[in-house]
Amino acid sequence: MIDLIYLTVLLPLLGFLFNGLAGPKIKNEKVIGIVGSGVIGLSFIVVVGAFFETLALPVEQRLNIVTLFQWISVGGLNISFSYQVDQLSLVMSLIVIGVGFLIHVYSIGYMHGDKSFWRFFTYLNLFIFAMMNLVLADNFLVLFLGWEGVGLCSYLLIGFWYDRKFEKSTTSAAGLKAFVVNRIGDFGFLLGMFLIYSTFGTLVFTDVFSRAVSFAVPEHIFVFIAIFLFIGATGKSAQIPLLVWLPDAMAGPTPVSALIHAATMVTAGVYMVARCSILYASAPAAMMVVAVIGIFTAFFAATIGLVQNDIKKVLAYSTVSQLGYMFLALGAGAFSAGIFHVMTHAFFKALLFLGAGSVIHSMHEQQDIRHYGGLKKYMPITYGTFLVAAVAISGIPPLSGFFSKDEILWYSFTNLGFVFWLIGLITALMTAFYMFRLYFMTFEGKEKFDHHKLHPHESPKMMTVPLIVLAVLSAIGGFIGIPEIFSGEHGNLFHTWLAPIFKTAEMKLMQFGGHSHFEELLLMIISVVAALSAILYARFVYLKKPEVAEKTSSRFKAAYNILLNKYFLDEAYDATIVNPIVKGSEKILWKIADNKIIDGLINYLARLIDIISGFIKRIQTGVAQSYALVMVIGIVIALFWIILSYA
Amino acid sequence: MTLEVILFAIFSTICAVSAVLMITRPSPVISALFLVLNFCSLAGLYLTLNAQFIAVAQVIVYAGAIMVFFLFVIMLLNPETERKFFEHKAKLRVFIIVIVALVLIQIIYVIFLSKPSQTITSEASRSIETGTVENIGREMFTNYVLPFEAAGYLLLAATIGALVLAKKKFE
Amino acid sequence: MQIPIEYYLILSAFMFSVGIVGVLTRRNAIIVFMCIELMLNSANLTLITFSSYLGDVGGQLFVFFVMAVAAAEAAVGLAIIIAIYRNKLTVNIDQINILKW
Repeated sequence: MIDLIYLTVLLPLLGFLFNGLAGPKIKNEKVIGIVGSGVIGLSFIVVVGAFFETLALPVEQRLNIVTLFQWISVGGLNISFSYQVDQLSLVMSLIVIGVGFLIHVYSIGYMHGDKSFWRFFTYLNLFIFAMMNLVLADNFLVLFLGWEGVGLCSYLLIGFWYDRKFEKSTTSAAGLKAFVVNRIGDFGFLLGMFLIYSTFGTLVFTDVFSRAVSFAVPEHIFVFIAIFLFIGATGKSAQIPLLVWLPDAMAGPTPVSALIHAATMVTAGVYMVARCSILYASAPAAMMVVAVIGIFTAFFAATIGLVQNDIKKVLAYSTVSQLGYMFLALGAGAFSAGIFHVMTHAFFKALLFLGAGSVIHSMHEQQDIRHYGGLKKYMPITYGTFLVAAVAISGIPPLSGFFSKDEILWYSFTNLGFVFWLIGLITALMTAFYMFRLYFMTFEGKEKFDHHKLHPHESPKMMTVPLIVLAVLSAIGGFIGIPEIFSGEHGNLFHTWLAPIFKTAEMKLMQFGGHSHFEELLLMIISVVAALSAILYARFVYLKKPEVAEKTSSRFKAAYNILLNKYFLDEAYDATIVNPIVKGSEKILWKIADNKIIDGLINYLARLIDIISGFIKRIQTGVAQSYALVMVIGIVIALFWIILSYA
Repeated sequence: MTLEVILFAIFSTICAVSAVLMITRPSPVISALFLVLNFCSLAGLYLTLNAQFIAVAQVIVYAGAIMVFFLFVIMLLNPETERKFFEHKAKLRVFIIVIVALVLIQIIYVIFLSKPSQTITSEASRSIETGTVENIGREMFTNYVLPFEAAGYLLLAATIGALVLAKKKFE
Repeated sequence: MQIPIEYYLILSAFMFSVGIVGVLTRRNAIIVFMCIELMLNSANLTLITFSSYLGDVGGQLFVFFVMAVAAAEAAVGLAIIIAIYRNKLTVNIDQINILKW
């Protein structure tokens, strides 16, 4: 099955072509949906097969390259389309294909009746194709191909409902924003790739990483490479300063938000940093940058999420915050912990988004949580799964979120220090709070909508079955990553599985143990207690005494305003970067450089010819005598010639 | 001071002076009359060069036919008299005179450069026989009869052309 | 022949240049034609001179043909002037400049 891994890329491509070309003509939604989801289902079987096959191999043989064809062969650059099947790419493939499959099935129900049903599945399949290229690539260039491809699909899917308005602008503008901001990050990524090629002479992962150890490269080169690649990651994974596109990406349909902006595309940055762990481990300064940006983003986004009133916006900022956690883990040197959180986050965040989609669907596209309330009795399955996901993300044991988040907090405490842990803890507190604020305002409490106009109902089976599957995974998914204090030596199965990938990096960082099990247990208890108290406080405010929320927001009006307007970040970017560029282009580049200089030059040349010909044409006077005069002058010259040549 | 020299002096002076006067007179009729004078003095010069037939032909054809033709046209068209020579476009006329003076100087220089006196042979004394009507007739109608006939055709074509061009339009 | 040949040739050159001045300066088309006849006569003089000093009759025969051609040319040229006069009512060369730029 390992050799057939290319099928996981090929099948979605075939689905894309089929739905794209024949889709408009096929009026039957079932066929499109079955083809679209079926190819992903088949890919899932291939990935699972490859996984078990790799599991059966001894540890040293778990890295396999499957080459398809030679892509570029120019000078010293030899890139082939090959896929690297190892522990890390298998984990990511399972997440992408597994969660992707569930979301495809869900979409059949969610997009039912949409006039562009076929287009949705076309784009979704294209996305899986690009994402698999990204995850399975064995060299930077194929990874970049997938990187750009998912950016394109994100743009296409955000602007899927191209005729709809979104906030003060259109959905297409939101898609364009995502694409442009991503592009800025990609510029950094390209610089990193160029630097890698010029330093190591190759772009193939295995070669680059082995040469990173064996070549004598000055540390600042590693720092530059790492920072450039990380700039790409901030774009793709919506970290500070390029996070502004993710909240606006909520303009797209909810399955899109679930798949792309929660589970898979935004984690591409995390995957890339984890894959290049050796490069980062060789540049501790860059790792500190990663950690600082990670924790700062996590805190920043969580504060904004506290006051948002759109259900999808809360989840979007929550995603940004959780991604910050993942980068915090990577920055602390706990690479497998970061990937672990990618996996658990994929489960519960996709579940949260799909559940939100269920609610939005039944409330007729209403997204403001102030108009929800008491939906518990109308949508039991949605309510139950949403609650599971909320508990998971708040980090309550024994659900998956607890294990992954706690591992991150622990490693940040041991490797980065008390301050990082404290900020992480406060952010976890805020996460629990705003998550349950969302839950209570949506599913519990008084109904704040007109019961006679809206009849909320449960979603069809096509939509609820994926919810249930994801809920189960969110609940038990954490058990493969139980920390060693509970499970003994090598008991953390996830960590053991990924250890060979990060071995070299961890050796470079020379991280020692040195901390006692007691400290770990203590910190764990503190974080659980904090989460529980946050949940209870949320219950108090939003269920029992809603007036407290009103009074607090009016007492701290200024702070509330800042948070509600997301720190005016978009406006700041507009004023400092966007508008100067637009105005500068208009006034200088267009009016002066293009109009005056370039056009002026061409016009000047034409005028010059005009002037010269204006002089020359006067020779033709029409009077015969002037022609005769010229002839006589010619005679004079000819006679001179003759005389001179004769004499 | 032989007769030859005196005659040459008189005829060449009249020739040159009448030429200059011809181009400077404002009235066309006066110019035409000066040209007639020029042609007659040229005929005299031809006689000093022993070209009897050509001298007579000059008077008959040029002074007698062509100039009369010119005078007829002047009479028909009655052009207005021009202004004085140096009044209109003075600068241009000065420039033209300078250029043509240059041409004259160059031609004279070439004349002296080529030293024609040294190529004159004793055959110059034969010129008395070469200019007679008998001699010219003999040469013309034996060696040069083709150009002679062609000249006839040329005159025919010119006649027809002049007729067509100057004719009044058909009503 | 006592008169040096150069004298005749210089006279001929003088007449020729006078003719050029006349062609370039006069505005009346008929007078321009007369100056052209003057130039032709100066060439005739040169031919006769050489014919006389070299004893060759060919020069005088050539002059004969030049006269014929000059006559034909004068006829046709003046006919053209008459035709132009009929259209433009003037023989002033400065006013016949239709081929101007």
